Amino acid sequence: MPIAFTVNGEPKRVEAAETATLLDVLRNHLGLMGTRYGCGLEQCGSCMVLVDGQPTYACTREVGTVAERKITTIEGLGTPAKPHALQQAFLDEQAGQCGYCLSGIVMSAKALLDRNPTPSRGDIVAALDKHLCRCGAHQRILRAVERAAATLRDGGRA
Amino acid sequence: MNARPLPASLVDNPRLDRWIHFQPDRTVRIATGKVEMGQGVVTAIGQIAAEELDLPLDRVVVLSGDTTNGPDELYTTSSLSVEVSGGSVRLVCAEVRAKALERAALRLNCSRDDLSVVDGQFLQNGAATGQDYWTVAGEIDLTQTVTGTASVKPVSSYRVVGHSVPRLDLPAKLSGAAFVHDVLPRDVLHARTLRQPNRGATLASLDEAAIRRAAKGELQIIREANFVAFVSPVESVAQAAAAAAPALATWDNARRLEPAQQEAAWLKGQPSDDRRIGAWPAPARPPKRLVEMTVSRPYIAHASMSPSCALATFRDGHLTVRSHGQGMHPLRKNLAAVLGLPVEAITAQHLHGAGCYGHNGADDAALDAALVAMRIPGRWIRLQWRREEEFGFEPVGPAMLVTLHVDLDERGRPADWTTEIWSPTHVQRPGSGSGYLLASEALANPPSEIAPFDPPEERGGGGTRNAVPLYDVPAHRILHHLVMRPPVRTSALRGLGALPNVFAIESLIDDLAARAGEDPVAYRLSILSEPRARRLVELVAERAGWTARGPSGAGKGLGLAVARYKNRAAYAAVVAAVTVQETVKVDRVWCVADAGLVVNPDGARNQLEGGIVQAVSWTLKEQVKLDAEGIASRDWESYPILRFSEVPDMQVEFVDGAGNPTLGVGECTVGPTAAAIGNAVNHALGVRIHDMPLTRERIMAALLKT
Repeated sequence: MPIAFTVNGEPKRVEAAETATLLDVLRNHLGLMGTRYGCGLEQCGSCMVLVDGQPTYACTREVGTVAERKITTIEGLGTPAKPHALQQAFLDEQAGQCGYCLSGIVMSAKALLDRNPTPSRGDIVAALDKHLCRCGAHQRILRAVERAAATLRDGGRA
Repeated sequence: MNARPLPASLVDNPRLDRWIHFQPDRTVRIATGKVEMGQGVVTAIGQIAAEELDLPLDRVVVLSGDTTNGPDELYTTSSLSVEVSGGSVRLVCAEVRAKALERAALRLNCSRDDLSVVDGQFLQNGAATGQDYWTVAGEIDLTQTVTGTASVKPVSSYRVVGHSVPRLDLPAKLSGAAFVHDVLPRDVLHARTLRQPNRGATLASLDEAAIRRAAKGELQIIREANFVAFVSPVESVAQAAAAAAPALATWDNARRLEPAQQEAAWLKGQPSDDRRIGAWPAPARPPKRLVEMTVSRPYIAHASMSPSCALATFRDGHLTVRSHGQGMHPLRKNLAAVLGLPVEAITAQHLHGAGCYGHNGADDAALDAALVAMRIPGRWIRLQWRREEEFGFEPVGPAMLVTLHVDLDERGRPADWTTEIWSPTHVQRPGSGSGYLLASEALANPPSEIAPFDPPEERGGGGTRNAVPLYDVPAHRILHHLVMRPPVRTSALRGLGALPNVFAIESLIDDLAARAGEDPVAYRLSILSEPRARRLVELVAERAGWTARGPSGAGKGLGLAVARYKNRAAYAAVVAAVTVQETVKVDRVWCVADAGLVVNPDGARNQLEGGIVQAVSWTLKEQVKLDAEGIASRDWESYPILRFSEVPDMQVEFVDGAGNPTLGVGECTVGPTAAAIGNAVNHALGVRIHDMPLTRERIMAALLKT
């Protein structure tokens, strides 16, 4: 039975076992490589995507449970030529080193800003605390989320 | 003009066309053997080329880590990339610029001195000529070897170098596919491995039927002696097979470890290769005012965010490998040695991976992928390690035990200083260290074991890195016990021995200040004549408001430390502010660094910050745990690292060092950060903790003793 859901605004139908992970389906069935495998254990946050706007670990989420739901991945935000305010803010702050953790972090930040356009530093820390970054770009990342929040409040592209 | 001594990379790769190539799309391709790991080297090298050629940065394309078209610069290590590769690119570009202007002058029938370059256009006395690099490129013989005689631009005229530019690689990483992990060639086969638990272990049984049942799909099991790989067109099938396999395999000759082996204290008394460096023989007279201190650091992990991954294909007798290893030319040679192929039959190309901070599993995964590719010719193989495999089988940063024996003069200053170090080797990189690509030990004829050795002192040493204090010490010597048989594979991790050695030196200096009844900053300055280090100590103390430092033992502490990485790279002085209750919280870190001419200031600050955060994490939290079978800490719960809620506020800056040559910055903050935390905790508690990590248990034990 194909499973139908929406990814980044486009309807998709995939032939996959219901127990396949969402991460596996995004990468190997749909070719969306921006969602990364880090641990497969919900411990690092590299695989974070949004399911109906909620941050969700794609590495363990069974695809059968996202039927008819709306998935958002980093590819759904913007491109290098036309970045989302969050992506632009991360570039403006040079918030990253190796970058492997960033797409998951940006997705959690997106969920935060969607629900709270004026987060405090503490709100951002709380939203990102489930994410690991090994290069130590944390402070830049926090500043980038604050910058993106300000841009979006000023009417920047969401 | 006299030729200056050439950087090692130019001696090894003297032909200009190994470094530079003018492309038809009016870009210039600059090749480097150093690779991007998130440290921004590709951007910095591009800046240096754009500067020396007087080109806009967007006309420069940097090719990194390519055995076909790029130079062999060994591994990307030791904070040397901008100094050595950047220095090479600068000389090459200066020479090519001079050659291009000579050709243009001939064409225009003018003097070379009438020509200048602005944004890549050649101007004659300020007027456009229609000539540029690309119009004359065909007349420049780039097969010539570099002489190093061309004049480089004066630093005062720089307009690209020394200015912050955004990293070239970040936009892709923030929007989609960007890593070797993300490349899926047509008809790719996914592979995973079953790891030999240790060298010498032999596979006694493997329940392949049960593995196939667990895999639930098309699966090929490749066995070559004690190397096993699971291969499938479906990634989840290969993953499921590999996840099930360890419980379905039995091994003979598997080694058993003892719990005590995970601690640095175990190293003392083990068989070791002992070396004496410095002012030996030690004075015969008995010391008058001997002070001794021992500190330790356990085994620590690189713990990259991505498990190691590589792509390989073998077709028509040629092996192509794509890897996130730190050196593609060394990888090619190492693969050739294991696979019995001529070096020319292998192409190795670098693709990005997660930050590695040293020698992790990246090269090993490349051999794993190549072994599978050789058995299934004509197909691309994508081999990825499992998370538990990355933690369990990457080489780890060595545990170290450092004892200082210091005899003081009548004023309480060090008069005679002996540093005694116990450590396993810091470099088992295949080809340049005492190790092999991991899977080679599982094959039918494993290469013979190499007696461990450390990098030589002239390259900064390994366990002895930063063992020599910056301070004015009349006599200093090192006794280095290179421990021969550690329980785990050890290799390079950011800073090598610098962190434990600087932790030891700077902890002792604080204790000596207390003993002399002096402020730690004033005491340091009284024995520090090195002007660049003095300046940093004074500045960082000012930034941190040192003079308002409160009393000791109040639960809040301020600690300072300083070092020059490798005693020859960048200087960094750090102050840490901590709050200690049951655990240590690092609230704020101030850092002032001197790296001479900084090519990309914001990129370099990012490196200082990253080193600080990583060092906070190592100092407070990290230890690789062992059980009888090997590394037991195989996930992020058993190997926790610093989180967003634990990262300190940071204020980092470079002093203006443009008058001095560029010094590597990637590792300069790790030692001073660890030591500043140690000193701050000592200030907060009124008692010193000598063993890292500074955990709750150690704090409670230290408080009970007071």
